[in-house]
Amino acid sequence: MKGGSWRQSSLTGIGVLFSVTLAGLLLLPFFALAISTPASDLLEGATHPLFASALLLSLRTTLTSLSITVVLGTPLAWWLASSSSKTARVIEVLVGLPIVIPPAVVGVALLQTFGREGLLGPALGSVGIALPFTEISVVLAQIVVSAPFFVKAGASAFREVRPDMLIVARTLGASPPVAFFRVALPIALPGLLVGASLAWARALGEFGATLLFAGNMPGRTQTMPLAIFYALESDVRLAIVFSLVLAAVGMLLLVALRFFPALRNFMRGGNA
Amino acid sequence: MTSWQVIVRARRGELDLDVTFEGDEQPIALVGPNGSGKTSVLRAIAGVLDLRDARITVGDTVLEDTSAGVRVPIEERRIGYVPQGFGLFPHLTVLENVEFGLSTGENPLQSEERSRRALQMLSELNCASLSERSVKHLSGGEKQRIALARSLVLEPAFLLLDEPLAALDATLRRTLRQFLAERLRLFQGPSITVTHDVRDVAALGAQIVALENGRIVQQGPLSLIQQSPATEFLAEFVGAD
Repeated sequence: MKGGSWRQSSLTGIGVLFSVTLAGLLLLPFFALAISTPASDLLEGATHPLFASALLLSLRTTLTSLSITVVLGTPLAWWLASSSSKTARVIEVLVGLPIVIPPAVVGVALLQTFGREGLLGPALGSVGIALPFTEISVVLAQIVVSAPFFVKAGASAFREVRPDMLIVARTLGASPPVAFFRVALPIALPGLLVGASLAWARALGEFGATLLFAGNMPGRTQTMPLAIFYALESDVRLAIVFSLVLAAVGMLLLVALRFFPALRNFMRGGNA
Repeated sequence: MTSWQVIVRARRGELDLDVTFEGDEQPIALVGPNGSGKTSVLRAIAGVLDLRDARITVGDTVLEDTSAGVRVPIEERRIGYVPQGFGLFPHLTVLENVEFGLSTGENPLQSEERSRRALQMLSELNCASLSERSVKHLSGGEKQRIALARSLVLEPAFLLLDEPLAALDATLRRTLRQFLAERLRLFQGPSITVTHDVRDVAALGAQIVALENGRIVQQGPLSLIQQSPATEFLAEFVGAD
């Protein structure tokens, strides 16, 4: 018995050591980032001309891609959650592809689709549309890499809606759209918001696919992550400031997600 | 006296449903083993299922007649449906749940009138004090009353209750059985209650319709089933006490 308890406590010790090592590995870089810049550099970085244009472009494109993702992704998530067909299961797996495929590959794939020589390139070209290396291509790349997060989270959120609730809503006089908007959507809303937050964070951080498909043109296709890459070659401090801003946004998002249920209850009057 | 008729033929996975029965305002207790098609019958009447061959009438209203191509949409059937687990909307308060049906359809009521009627129904069921509560934190018995209030406030033409007492503990079940029996008497409309408990049948004074494998194996008053149960399941059902 004594040997057993010794083994158990040494196993616990190893477990703690491993956990602390990994947690340190995850957090140390952000700590280093946070302490590496004096306040004066922060101000200088924030007033740099690259900063404002990259930030604005990032905000504009990510909010556009998020809106498109939510509008197109909500019906898809709903269908995936409510259909029991084989097709739905296959589509659900395939929709997750961009999560596991490297972003650079997504960039090449987008070029092969919308590029001048790509699948749809000639057709688009014949009506005078060239997508690569434009702001639209930035948005497209963001949608492809981020929408899967929203659709996956949305589908599992919609699975929380028991079919019985929708049947009851219908017997209470609600047409199918009314039942969807007044019962299914509000019940799934917390999960949808989590999905939207994850998708937005992923779009904001998008680098590889954007670089290949949209290029790195200041003011046109240079989003924040690309501006970091660009600044790193000329001025490390600038890159650090840009990085700090993105890290702070991520941090805020994480905190908001953590406290989201509490926030929602608070906004509803706090009686739940 | 409202009389009604249900003829339903449908395929539900493994189950081949084929039932014909009718009644008036006397409550019906739908009994049978798990998977015999009880919930499917309720859903067919509510209009949820695609039926191969069906005729469902309540009073003079034809809800479904496949031969004539009639299929009234669920929301226009005036069916009160309380599913297993009650199906309360978790994002709404008790009052909002009960008001829901008064705010839908072509002519939704004004907000004050909705609250007035919903509150009145809640007080009739002795749960007005719960009106501002979130339904997530109600007890099983409270949930059952709220679900019942939500259906009854619309004065449905037909009431369908799927195991309304199953989720409750034994003591609560006894109290709520009496309560339910009383409410169904006051309701004065046709109703079907799915149950696994012969005491529910007795308390409701219900006619039994017994289902097995999608077919009706016996129907009649409890006394008849007790005298000569047609199947092993029914013998056990009326014998178990």
